[in-house]
Amino acid sequence: MELKEKILSSYVAFENGIDINSDVHEIRTQALETFEKLGFPTKKLEAWKYTSLNSVLKQDYSIFTNKGNAVEMADVKQYFIHDIDTYKVVFIDGKYSSFLSQTTHDTIDVCLMSSALNKAKYKPVIENYFNKVAKQDNLTSLNTAFATEGTYIHIPRNVEVEKPIQIINFTTGSEAATLVQPRNLIVVEENAHVQIIERNQSLTSNAVLSNIVTEVFADRNATVDYYKIQNDDENASLVDNTFVDQKSNSVVSVHTFSFGGNITRNNLNFYQNGEHIDSILKGITIIEGKQHVDHHTLVHHIEPNCESHQDYKGIFDDRSTGVFNGKVIVNKEAQKTNAYQQNNNVLISDKATINAKPQLEIFADDVKCSHGCTIGQLDTDALFYMQQRGIPIKEGKALLMYAFANTVLESVKIPEVKSRITKLIANKLGVNIGFDL
Amino acid sequence: MKYTEEDLEQELKTKEYEYGFYTEIESETFAKGLNEDVVRAISLKKNEPKWMTDWRIEAFRVWEKMTEPDWANVNYEKPKFQDIAYYSAPKKKPKLNSLDEVDPELLDTFKRLGISLDEQKKLANVAVDIVMDSVSVATTFKKTLGEKGIIFMPISEAIQEHPELVRKYLGTVVPTTDNFYAALNSAVFSDGSFCYIPKGVRCPMELSTYFRINEGGTGQFERTLVVADKGSYVSYLEGCTAPSRDENQLHAAVVELIAMDDAEIKYSTVQNWYPGDKNGKGGVYNFVTKRGLCETNAKISWTQVETGSAITWKYPSCILKGNNSVGEFYSIAVTNHFQQADTGTKMIHLGKNTRSTIISKGISAGHSQNSYRGLVQINSRAENARNFSQCDSLLMGNACGAHTFPYIEVKNKSAQIEHEATTSKIGEEQLFYCNQRGIDTEKAIALIVNGFSKEVLNKLPMEFAVEAQKLLEISLEGSVG
Repeated sequence: MELKEKILSSYVAFENGIDINSDVHEIRTQALETFEKLGFPTKKLEAWKYTSLNSVLKQDYSIFTNKGNAVEMADVKQYFIHDIDTYKVVFIDGKYSSFLSQTTHDTIDVCLMSSALNKAKYKPVIENYFNKVAKQDNLTSLNTAFATEGTYIHIPRNVEVEKPIQIINFTTGSEAATLVQPRNLIVVEENAHVQIIERNQSLTSNAVLSNIVTEVFADRNATVDYYKIQNDDENASLVDNTFVDQKSNSVVSVHTFSFGGNITRNNLNFYQNGEHIDSILKGITIIEGKQHVDHHTLVHHIEPNCESHQDYKGIFDDRSTGVFNGKVIVNKEAQKTNAYQQNNNVLISDKATINAKPQLEIFADDVKCSHGCTIGQLDTDALFYMQQRGIPIKEGKALLMYAFANTVLESVKIPEVKSRITKLIANKLGVNIGFDL
Repeated sequence: MKYTEEDLEQELKTKEYEYGFYTEIESETFAKGLNEDVVRAISLKKNEPKWMTDWRIEAFRVWEKMTEPDWANVNYEKPKFQDIAYYSAPKKKPKLNSLDEVDPELLDTFKRLGISLDEQKKLANVAVDIVMDSVSVATTFKKTLGEKGIIFMPISEAIQEHPELVRKYLGTVVPTTDNFYAALNSAVFSDGSFCYIPKGVRCPMELSTYFRINEGGTGQFERTLVVADKGSYVSYLEGCTAPSRDENQLHAAVVELIAMDDAEIKYSTVQNWYPGDKNGKGGVYNFVTKRGLCETNAKISWTQVETGSAITWKYPSCILKGNNSVGEFYSIAVTNHFQQADTGTKMIHLGKNTRSTIISKGISAGHSQNSYRGLVQINSRAENARNFSQCDSLLMGNACGAHTFPYIEVKNKSAQIEHEATTSKIGEEQLFYCNQRGIDTEKAIALIVNGFSKEVLNKLPMEFAVEAQKLLEISLEGSVG
């Protein structure tokens, strides 16, 4: 049976396990209809021109995992940023793991989407925010239809959260092929500040498809730093849909580090509903083998005097393929917009491919918008210079690549995340140097 | 008498599109509609050999099965293909031997267009082929060119006189099945220009084609084929105008360039089809397929200045097949009022050490939409390919839009690609600086726009550059508020 049919037919069974009289359920049912109409994306769609999910969709995914394998802390400690104190929301095969997590309801809410959806006291929040900024496209709708679990974060006015929050989704391969669809909602009120680190990790070589939707609401003057670490098993695929709604004077940055996985597709969407907003989208992609990473970004400038900064670096080896599709829309009213987009790529091997489509759609005249896109190689003169000075070619290359990607790392605000990423990069490049130059 | 602001205003009102006149010339026009019989009739009218008729019919059958593309960033009412007359020609007279025999009214038309054939013959050293309502009416300088072995004639004559050449190259760069409009053109094209430069010959003068739509209710479908044999060089110019009409007229042309080993083709276009009035009524739909093929060490350079047409859908492309071949694209697209342009280029790198340059300048004013859409593709065998692209947009007023859709696809690690795009408006400081020095705002804008477009204007042949510069000024008049 095709995956689409399987999903559609399993909806009835899904309804048995949830409260079907809630308002949320109406949203779910509508979303299912949308998905039924649109189906999975194909390469015929302009937005999926360079990324095919065919090979991923062929797997016989189990849609509900009932038996979760036990996970010991010692086995998974390496996937946490463990050298600092953090809140943790951990899921194993889509089920909440209270054992590995550390949540709170003390002034701030760092807890579960399931309780936010079901408990009466969260009803106003759900009414105001749930599915409000998410696009009604195919995969987002699929997630919405089955949205039950995920992370719910609510930071009230004027609160600066003292430690970062980690969201980690483990899959254990208890089934031959697992489909997980976490749904996250992050509401950051006026003048509040939060840092979030997200990671998806498969612990086996069984196929995994994660279709994640995260909605972020940043109210006036709020600051949100979001870090996504993608360094998964080569049989794990990810479609990460993130939607950010920003109000005046807010600053939201999303850093995406893509170092592994089968097919990774990042749909990152920013909507600027206010003035003097700053949106920062950055990413480093270093992949090899047959991996595929697709960054699909949208920054929609709706009101005047806002800024956006995009900086994506990519290094592609072996037969890997990279896609960058960045879109900036500037509405007629959004005068004095300053939008900047940069995408630089290095191809290491002859079989690697990069497809880039940096796109601008501008309807206002008093704006500064620019984009730059380059594809090239490492500077052979620089390499030679280093070799002359006794630095082996491998380390020399690694140094150059690290320097190339460094503009993205510079804006990472959590030192432990930065050092973790640095280590991952060193690992990726097969060198044992610290880069702390 | 002093020239006052009122005068200027009056002038602007009347000066909107100065080529919008219609010439009363007896012409022969087919009934509206398109079917296989019409295609056959066109072919018969042209007295074409059988292979040509078959080629057209085949194209027509393909076209019938195709659907109109709608991916471009333009909105318009689709042309009704059965409501167009597919053949219109100034009534054929016996073959002309000299210009004196050309219909005086026709000559007058060209005078008003600013092309005086006589004068040009003497002074400008430009050979002109004029196509009016799809039929070539006059070709100058045939003799001089003939001495060098250069063939420059209407394609309908070339089909008669040099069938072997036409048959060999027609449709090799833009196959009949390429796209909807190319297929339509292949089926119904009535004329156009054919040019062949023999081995090692450097064409001594600019070759030029002038297109004009005259009759109402007709479409213009011309076909241009330029073949530059090994080591030759040619510079080719193309210009176009149409009368102002309330209806939308369709122009679907195909241009094919073939640059063989070490050859160079420079193809310049000043496109000034009627853009519609200031309320967006009328205007020409310009759906054009232009493509060039470069063999080893060959070079093709496209330069275009686009100021006209209600809708433009045009992507002059280069297939860099041979090693060390070079493709260039220089474009200025100006849109005003309700014009919409979706234009750009494709650079397909197949050979080793191929290079391409793209400079695109878009200027939008009024309620217009201006899009750049381009593709740079480096295939896996194209070692050391190099591309530089620059797309700049200038916006005037906040009712217009500028869009860029660059596609970059790279499959070879030795490729070096740079792409940059900017969007901005005319700086108030720049205007103020000019005003301070006694240059009024209108002139200052013209000055700044000229500076903005200079990189492209510089690539045009001299005579054209002046015309293009004037066109830019006219197109943007009244757009400053």
